[in-house]
Amino acid sequence: MLKGYDITIGLEVHCELNTQTKVFCNCKNEFGGEPNTHTCPVCLGMPGMLPVLNKQAVEKCILAGFATGCSINDIAHMDRKNYFYPDSPKAYQISQLYHPLCSEGLIKFSFTDDEGTEQQSQVRIERIHLEEDAGKSIHDAWGKSSLLDFNRCGVPLIEIVTYPDMTSAEQTCAFFEALRARLRFAGVSDCKMQEGSLRADVNLSIKPVGSDTLGTRTEMKNLNSVKAIYRAIKSEAKRQAEELSQGKRIIQETRRWDDNKGRSLRMRSKEEANDYRYFPDPDLAPIAVDEEWKNELRKSLPEMPAEKMKKYMDEFALPEYDCGILTSDPDISSFFEAALNHTKNIKSVSNFIMVDMLRIIKETEMEFSDVCFSPADLAQLINLVDTGVINISTAKTTVLEAMFAGEGSPDAIIESKGLKQMGNEDELLKIVQEVIAENPTPVQQYKEGKQQVIGFLMGQVMKKTQGKAKPDTVIELFKKELI
Amino acid sequence: MNILGLSAIEIAEKIAAKELTAVEVTRAYLDVISQTDDAINAWLYVDDAYALNNAEKVQKEIDSLLSQGKKLPALAGVPVGIKDNMCVNSVKTTCASKILYNFVPPYDATAIKNAQKNLMVILGKTNMDEFAMGSSTEHSAFKQTKNPWNTRCVPGGSSGGSAAAVAALQAPLALGSDTGGSIRQPAAFCGVTGLKPTYGTVSRYGLVAFASSLDQIGPFAKDAAGCAALFDAIKGHDEKDSTSYKMEYESSYEEIDNFKKPTIGILTEYMGEGVTNDIKQAVIDAKAKYESLGCDVIEISIPVLTLALPAYYILSSAEASSNLSRFDGVRYGYRSEGADDLQDLYIRSRSEGFGTEVKRRIMLGTFTLCSGYYDEYYNKALKARSLVVKGYEDAFSKVDILLCPATPTTAFKIGEKTDDAMSMYLADLCTVSVNIAGLPAISFPGGFDESGLPIGLQLIGSKFSESLLLSTVNAFQNETNYHKACPAEKGGAK
Repeated sequence: MLKGYDITIGLEVHCELNTQTKVFCNCKNEFGGEPNTHTCPVCLGMPGMLPVLNKQAVEKCILAGFATGCSINDIAHMDRKNYFYPDSPKAYQISQLYHPLCSEGLIKFSFTDDEGTEQQSQVRIERIHLEEDAGKSIHDAWGKSSLLDFNRCGVPLIEIVTYPDMTSAEQTCAFFEALRARLRFAGVSDCKMQEGSLRADVNLSIKPVGSDTLGTRTEMKNLNSVKAIYRAIKSEAKRQAEELSQGKRIIQETRRWDDNKGRSLRMRSKEEANDYRYFPDPDLAPIAVDEEWKNELRKSLPEMPAEKMKKYMDEFALPEYDCGILTSDPDISSFFEAALNHTKNIKSVSNFIMVDMLRIIKETEMEFSDVCFSPADLAQLINLVDTGVINISTAKTTVLEAMFAGEGSPDAIIESKGLKQMGNEDELLKIVQEVIAENPTPVQQYKEGKQQVIGFLMGQVMKKTQGKAKPDTVIELFKKELI
Repeated sequence: MNILGLSAIEIAEKIAAKELTAVEVTRAYLDVISQTDDAINAWLYVDDAYALNNAEKVQKEIDSLLSQGKKLPALAGVPVGIKDNMCVNSVKTTCASKILYNFVPPYDATAIKNAQKNLMVILGKTNMDEFAMGSSTEHSAFKQTKNPWNTRCVPGGSSGGSAAAVAALQAPLALGSDTGGSIRQPAAFCGVTGLKPTYGTVSRYGLVAFASSLDQIGPFAKDAAGCAALFDAIKGHDEKDSTSYKMEYESSYEEIDNFKKPTIGILTEYMGEGVTNDIKQAVIDAKAKYESLGCDVIEISIPVLTLALPAYYILSSAEASSNLSRFDGVRYGYRSEGADDLQDLYIRSRSEGFGTEVKRRIMLGTFTLCSGYYDEYYNKALKARSLVVKGYEDAFSKVDILLCPATPTTAFKIGEKTDDAMSMYLADLCTVSVNIAGLPAISFPGGFDESGLPIGLQLIGSKFSESLLLSTVNAFQNETNYHKACPAEKGGAK
């Protein structure tokens, strides 16, 4: 994609764990809230306060390790990463450098390259470690002051570091989506990029095609969406190539991506980087993970998307593409599976979810988890179509939209809106005859062999019946009347 | 009744017998403080109304327990002084540093909570070397505590205020913290008894950290029995401190008279160059005393102990450089006015807020943790640490207890070592290895030097052997009167 150069990309992905409480204290781990309401002396780093490691955070980090094929280390340590910044109240972050919880994983996935070819791929994970998030600085919101909100301070984070195994924006984004899906299926995080619970830093370098030596890399921060990752990679690769073509050299530096401007800006060079003076945190004992604990956690790991996809293809005989969508998100797959408990029409459940529900969700900019009706409701809707109570187009539009609007169960909506299909031949015959009488020109065209005019006539019937007419019956009637 | 002539245990017994009240006792000590502290400067913060109010509450509880025929905690109603690096809810906690000059914590340290649960009365906060860094209490940002035996001399440090307060009969008991000798060395200089417990037996929650892997809170008293009872009151597992031991804690006070005639090893490493002859003689006298009490005493050597002092200064400074980073002028404590930007705010607040010794340690610790030096210093010090641990383990396979001086010299003159950090650091020669190994050790009066200053002896035990240490010192104190001597009688401060 970049003439004359190969791109090398590695990711550092930060993911906030969805534990009940923060990683070193009992404060609630919750997004948002009035500033500084989810804080205590421990997460504020007050004098004399000590961290106590949250076991659930360790377990979720280990689950993330299992979900990405990592080995779990028997002994892990927490280390201090020292740096001064006002939103870091201890002036160090408790993290893991020397002995992380998880090492050496692998994720397999497929992606479509920039020429439209489907590719099988894999990316190795170097490590996953546990650490704490910092607070937030809000600059210039109040005169010339900076304000601090420590609600996020001490929220458990995992950092997933990949090997530099990626070579294109397409591949990187597909890997990132696969990773995100796995983390979500493992139940360790909601992975909401817009709320910052999933963030990625991109390390990127370029080298002449065929060269064995990696070029100097830059690190890009502040990538808040998959689209931003994609655009940032394209832009940075191009920038580096331009620098090289002008005979300049690439400087190892950290750059900040500005998604609005569509370009990255230099933050600091390697020389300006902090020496974090890592050392083992003497306030926390080493974490010993024995086989029993590992096994227990391994057993509790939910099915991963790849396994689920295979199961859907084998057991439900659904197309690969459909299965891919159904297993892209744990909320979707669990909705799908739950709906199957209430109807036998697997194909229809799949279609309703991946086509109609996802359309409405996309149009209304909501999340799948925001869907307010139950999988049983969807199953009921499908059963009502299958038994001829309503027609499919009414189901997919009027009824489904009403369900999204929280207007109740499908049968209640059909009842209150009077959407029950008209299948009575005598009633429909009257309407068909009316339509024939009112539309002499199209009728004439039909009689002259323009078969497709039947669609227009059907539309007129639907208009008169508010879409309730049973289409098969109407067509039969037209055929009979127009012979 | 002469309250000041009583030991902490005797006070508690008289309160339990309704011969005294917590209020009377508290008032008596507050009176001494107000009469003598202009000369001693042991206290940073004493609020008579606060202490008396607490004493009244405590006395009410005591009355209620007694009326129900219930047994009182061993030190119910006894006042205690608190080193100013332990947080007491709503009471100023400064660590004797300008950078925390106005800091009032909204929480209690666990040791304080435990003392209060045991119906003890908090008298006030005692002076110390800033952030517990020092051996003379000369590094307090606020005042110079004097040695009650000779006010031209230092009381030792860093818990100099606590040791001086007990020596000057301003408090029957006090809490200190010991990172490299900060309880034992001032106890020795002031002629009182001080226990540095096994690392992890007293919670560090609410103790403002100096060096987290070495810090340990411990008691001061005139005698071993008082130390035992106070240690009992504050120790125990604490879920808020991940380095706190989860186990059954026996009462050391109940074991105080159970003298086990331990085999004692005289630690030759601390009997050599740099240790004064008076002190060496006191060790030899103690050896004779223990032999007469039926103990076997042998000489023992742990050559790796020479690694302890350099390892200590690397590890403690490294941890301190990180622990003290939070004092940045942003959220609480001292903030320099007129900073231009964030970097300037940090630099000014910390430059103006910290004293020289603290800055020296922060710089030393920052240096040793820098990339490129980490392996050379920090990792090497960790290796030395494990050798010291092993050295002590070997020694304790041969003897039950080690005997040595608590300090190489008796109290030195104020100002004598302030310009020579290295010679000040040597004051911790006999004590730091104990912290490096996480062991318990006790410093107790073992005589006087030719100028009449107290000599401190030290017993070191294996992990969790506090009861053995305390009963062994108690046996010595049953046979000697050094611990009963008062500076006033000896012509010290009046």
